[in-house]
Formats: sequence, structure tokens, C-alpha cells
Amino acid sequence: MIINHPLLGPRDSAEFIYMGDAGLINRPDPETASGEEWYAYAYLRDNPAGEHRELWWHEGGDRSWLVVTRNTVTHEISKVEIARDVARAQGRSK
Amino acid sequence: MHDLIAITALGGSAPRVDRVADTTLTENPGIALASVAARMDQETTCRKHLKAVIGAVPGPGKVQLHDPEAGFWMGPDQWMVGAPFDTHEDLAAQLKARFGESASVTEQTDAWVCFDLRGDGMEAVMELLCNVNIRAMQTGDAQRTSIHHLGCFVLRRDPSDWVRILGPRASAGSLHHAILTAMKSAL
Repeated sequence: MIINHPLLGPRDSAEFIYMGDAGLINRPDPETASGEEWYAYAYLRDNPAGEHRELWWHEGGDRSWLVVTRNTVTHEISKVEIARDVARAQGRSK
Repeated sequence: MHDLIAITALGGSAPRVDRVADTTLTENPGIALASVAARMDQETTCRKHLKAVIGAVPGPGKVQLHDPEAGFWMGPDQWMVGAPFDTHEDLAAQLKARFGESASVTEQTDAWVCFDLRGDGMEAVMELLCNVNIRAMQTGDAQRTSIHHLGCFVLRRDPSDWVRILGPRASAGSLHHAILTAMKSAL
């Protein structure tokens, strides 16, 4: 499997480590979040047969975190973004 | 006052040099390093300072070869700056004085071991060692990759039969062993 890194080009997936569902970016606000919200953030995951947004870490490369949109049925990768850009677009990292 | 004798990353009193066929592997203890990470919303100021120090701001996968300070891209808004140890032992302090609040500067000199691999067989050795497409890399290209399960930077220098490998200093012996073994088998 090849992951097309947005900055460095196509890289072998052996250079990357899977870090979980991309929803991990949406950590609840520690000041205001309820127990329910923490429970959902920590434990509840969808398990889709099809398109899935996931975090990959370029451990054997530039150490960037990526949001990879991958089809779990075909393994086709349709989109690769820098996680920082995704988080900032959602208004995080303030 | 302690009377201490400086040793290199491989533990010798002089840098180690190994030669296989026409290719030479040299331990290089003469480099001071510091990382520069732009702080949020200060990226423009940080880039301006970086350009003043090393002559240009290297983009992804690039190294700016420049004297005395040089630098390469490590990640978005992050660079490593290097300079001769003899004249820039306090490189991090010098950079911090210049960059001020625009960047976080971290001393990196003793975190890395530096090997220079040079000669006709360099490409064959690198092909055996790591994932990077060494034959597609040109002078001025810099990649981070895994060598012997160690995260290393590979900088292609001028002339282009020369690569500089920066690896974790604590694993200098393992990295040296891996490179030398690859040299013996590829050449």
C-alpha cells in the first residue's frame, strides 16, 4: 500500500504507523465536557465497510500526522491531508 | 577542575574512517546542530530570520547548503540548522538570540551522530540501507527515513557522490555497523 504524502509524495505504508480514527482530533473541551462526551470520545468508534477517515503517523519519515481517507473494503486511498491543517480548518489549535 | 578527554560518538579519540572499494564512511564530529520550530502566527518572522541565517528557506525534502550555517526541512514549519562545531558550539543560543519569540530553538548537537558516505558506490550502499529513492535524489535533497530501524536524515550534498547521514547518537554503533555491513555487501 502506498500513501501519497501531501508534501513528500508517494511513500510506502511501511514508513507509517496507524494511530486510530481521525475523530480523535475532536477531543472534548476539558473545561466543559461531560462524562458522556469523554466516554464517547474514548470508547465509541464506527466500524464502516467503506470510506473511513483515519490518522497515520509518518514515523519512518518526516513525523507528520496525516488524515487518510481510506476505503476499508478495497483499501483504496482517496484523500491524504496533513492533520494539522484539518484540525485548524475545524477551528482547533487556538 | 576535571581533566576530561572528549570522545566521538563511536567512543574513539579520533573520528572513525572506514573504506570499502572506492567508498569512504567517515564519522563527522565537527557539526553543531539546533532545531528551529516556528511558533504559531509567527511563521513569517521565523522564515525571515531563517532566510537571513542560511540564505533561503528550504521547502519540503530540501537542504540549503550554505556556509557557515546550513539547514534542512524537517517538517511543516520546522528546520534543522547546522554549522561547524569549532566556531558555533553555542549555535542554539546564537539562533535563539536572533529568532527571539518567533521560534522555539532546541540544542540538537549531542542528539545526533553524523556520518559522511562518499564515493562511487554510495548509491548502491544507500539502496541496500533504506527506502529513499537515492538515485532520484539530487544535490540539495534531504529525506528522513529509517536505516536499521533508526530514524535518520539523508542529505545529498555537493558533489553528488556524497551523502550525509544524521542518526540518533545513542545508537551510533548500531548505525555504523549497519552502514559498514551494507558497504561490504554492496561493494
